[in-house]
Amino acid sequence: MRHIISILLENEAGALSRVAGLFSARAYNIETLTVAPTEDVSLSRLTIVTSGTDAVIEQITKQLNKLIDVIKVVDLSEAAHIERELMLIKVRATGKDREELKRLADIFRGHIIDVTESTYVIELTASGAKLDSFIQAIDAGLILETVRTGVCGIGRGERILKV
Amino acid sequence: MTMMTGAEIVIRCLQEEKVEYVFGYPGGAVLHIYDALFKQDQVKHVLVRHEQAAVHAADGLARSSHKVGVALVTSGPGATNAVTGIATAYMDSIPVVVISGQVPNDYIGQDAFQECDTVGITRPCVKHNFLVNDVHKLAQTIKKAFYIANSGRPGPVVVDIPKDVTAAKCKFEYPETIQMRSYNPVVKGHLGQIKKAVHLLLEAKRPMIYTGGGVVLANGAEQLTRLTRRLGFPITNTLMGLGAYPATDRQFLGMPGMHGTVEANLAMQHCDVLLAIGARFDDRVIGNPDNFASLPRKIIHVDIDPSSISKRVKVDVPIVGNVPDVLEEMVRLLDAGNTGPDPETLAAWWQEIEGWRAKQCMKYVRKKSVIMPQYVIEKLYEVTGGKAIVTSDVGQHQMWAAQYYKFDEPRRWINSGGLGTMGVGLPYAMGAALQHPETQVVCVTGEGSIQMCIQELSTAKQFRLPIKIINLNNRYLGMVRQWQEMFYGSRYSESYMDSLPDFVKLAEAYGHVGIRVERPEDVEAALHKAFVDYKDDLVFIDFITDQKANVFPMVAAGKGLADMILTEDL
Repeated sequence: MRHIISILLENEAGALSRVAGLFSARAYNIETLTVAPTEDVSLSRLTIVTSGTDAVIEQITKQLNKLIDVIKVVDLSEAAHIERELMLIKVRATGKDREELKRLADIFRGHIIDVTESTYVIELTASGAKLDSFIQAIDAGLILETVRTGVCGIGRGERILKV
Repeated sequence: MTMMTGAEIVIRCLQEEKVEYVFGYPGGAVLHIYDALFKQDQVKHVLVRHEQAAVHAADGLARSSHKVGVALVTSGPGATNAVTGIATAYMDSIPVVVISGQVPNDYIGQDAFQECDTVGITRPCVKHNFLVNDVHKLAQTIKKAFYIANSGRPGPVVVDIPKDVTAAKCKFEYPETIQMRSYNPVVKGHLGQIKKAVHLLLEAKRPMIYTGGGVVLANGAEQLTRLTRRLGFPITNTLMGLGAYPATDRQFLGMPGMHGTVEANLAMQHCDVLLAIGARFDDRVIGNPDNFASLPRKIIHVDIDPSSISKRVKVDVPIVGNVPDVLEEMVRLLDAGNTGPDPETLAAWWQEIEGWRAKQCMKYVRKKSVIMPQYVIEKLYEVTGGKAIVTSDVGQHQMWAAQYYKFDEPRRWINSGGLGTMGVGLPYAMGAALQHPETQVVCVTGEGSIQMCIQELSTAKQFRLPIKIINLNNRYLGMVRQWQEMFYGSRYSESYMDSLPDFVKLAEAYGHVGIRVERPEDVEAALHKAFVDYKDDLVFIDFITDQKANVFPMVAAGKGLADMILTEDL
C-alpha cells in the first residue's frame, strides 16, 4: 500500500543522506522524496512516498526513528491529510493545439507561466494522481519535458507535526 | 579559562571520559592529536599494527567491560581499514568511539592526499557519525559521541576531525550531560505490557526463555538468573548471549540455532509461550522464519530497540525497555502476587525436554590417533576452571568453543556473532587482556582466521599481553569445508590452506612461545605448560586437529529448527 511518511529532522549536513541511505540499505522503496527547511531553520521536513506491507511500513517508521538526526516520524496516510505536488510541464504548442492546451490547463486549474511561439510551460499543483491524469490527458507527442517536486503533505485540522 | 588546541581538547575529552586505553595508529591527519597524546600519561595509547585491529581491540575491551572502547586512526586508508572493525561492532551493538583524522577543511572535496569521505563510507555501519568542522563544536561532539555510543541500544560512533580543527584553539568546556531533542532512548518498560507478559508466562504450558546479546550488554545477567530460577523455566542463550545464564545450570539447554543443541532448538520450536529478551530472532538462531512461525506460540519480546521487535517474527507482547529493569519488574510482580507456574504442567514439559536432552547431541567420537577439536575445548575448560575470558575468531572453532566451553558468567565469551569477522580473535584478546590483567585471556582460533590479524602478535609483544592462543589447525577453512562436504558434493573449492607457516617459529619470531601438539595424549600437558609454566607469556599452541571434524548438530541454512542434522545421521 502507498504511504506518505513525514519526517522532522535536524537540519544538519548529511541528515538527508542518512534517510536516503537507510532506504537503499534496507531495500525499502522510495517513490518520491522532498525536503526543505521549516519555519524553524534548525529543522528540516522531509516527505517520502513509499509502499509496502504493514510490516514493512512499521519497520520503516521504526528504523527512521532510530536515526539520531530524526526527531519525529508520522505516517500521514494513517489519517485525514492533504497531499500536493507541483509539476512544470513544457509542451509543444502550435496551431490548434495552443487553444486546446490552454483549455486543458484551465480545466486542471493550472497556469501557463511561459509562452513562446512554439511552446508553453504549464504549472500545475495537485495530488500526484491528478498530475498523472493531466499527463495522460495530453497527447504524448506534445510533451517536451516534465519536472515534478515529489509529494508533500500535511495532516488535516488539529493533526500537527511539530517539535 | 585557558585556550586549548583541538588536539588537546580531544585528549582532554578522553580523560574526562576516563578512557584508559586508546588503540590506534598515527598518520598525517592525526599528528597534532598524537603530539597532544605524547604530552600526558593519563590516556595510554596502544599501537596496533593495522587499524582494523585497533577497532577490534577497542571493541574487545568494551565487550569485556561495559566501557566504551576507543580507537584513533588517521584519514584515508586509516579510516577505511577501520571500517571492518566498525561494522563488526555495529552488528553486535558494541559501544565504540572511533576518532579519525581528516584532511584540513579547505582540502575536503579536492581529492587531497589520504582523503576519503569517512562519514559517507561509515554511515551505514555506525550508530551515528560526525564531521567536526569547527573547533568550538569539538568537545560537545565528543561528549555526544560517548553518550550515543553507550546509551539505548549501544553502537559505534565515528568522530571525523579535519586536521586544521586539531590545530585551531578555543576555550575548553566539557558539558556534564547531553540533551538531544532527536535522541531519547526509552528505558522504562510499559507496566501494562509487563503485567500482560507475566500473566502469559504463568498461563504457559510449554514456556521457554530465549535471550541474546542484549542481556549481556545491559548487564542484566543477574536479573535474568533470578527471574529464570523463580519461574523454573528452560532457558537458552544465543551465541551472543552466552554467560547471561550459568551454562552449568540444569535449566540451561545450551545454545539455540544453526549449531544449537537438540533440546534448545526443539524447545524453541515447540514452546507455547516464548520469552525473548535482548535477542533478535536472527536467521542463524531461528532458521527459516516461516517455518518458525508455522507453529502457534505467543511471543513476548523485551528489547531496548523498538525496531528489533516484530522485524523477523510477529510478536504478541512487545516490551520496549531496559532489560534489567523490565526483568526486575517481572520478578517484583511475581513476588507481589505470590504466584508461580503450575508445577505439574511444568514438570510434564521438563520431562519432554529431558527426553530431547537424553539424545546427548554434543557427543562426539574421540579418536586415538588424531586430536579432536572438541576435546581441546573440553580440556581448555578444565584447565582454566571455566574462568577464562575466551575470545574467538569465526568458523568451526568458534562454534566448538561456544558449544563446549561452559560460560557461567557474562562478558567471558567474546566473538563476532553478527558480522562474522575472521581476524577478530587476537585483537579482542588484546582489548580484554589490557582491561582485565588479572584474568586469563584465551583466543580460540583456526589457522585461517588467525592469519587475518596475525600482525598483532607484535602489539601483544610490545604490551606484554599473556594471551594464550589455541589454534585449532585442521589445514582447512573448516566451516567452508564442512558446507562444501555437505552441500557441494565434497568439491573443496579453495578451502584447503596450503603453504601454512610454521606457527611455532612464527610465534617465536615475534618473541613469543610456540608449542605444537599433534597427539591427543599431549593436549592436557601442553595446556598446563602454557597456563602454568608460561603463565606470563603469550603462548601460541598449534593443535593439529582432525581434518574431517564437523560441527553438529546443524540446521542447514533456510531450514526449520526441528530439521537438525546430527552426527549419527552421516
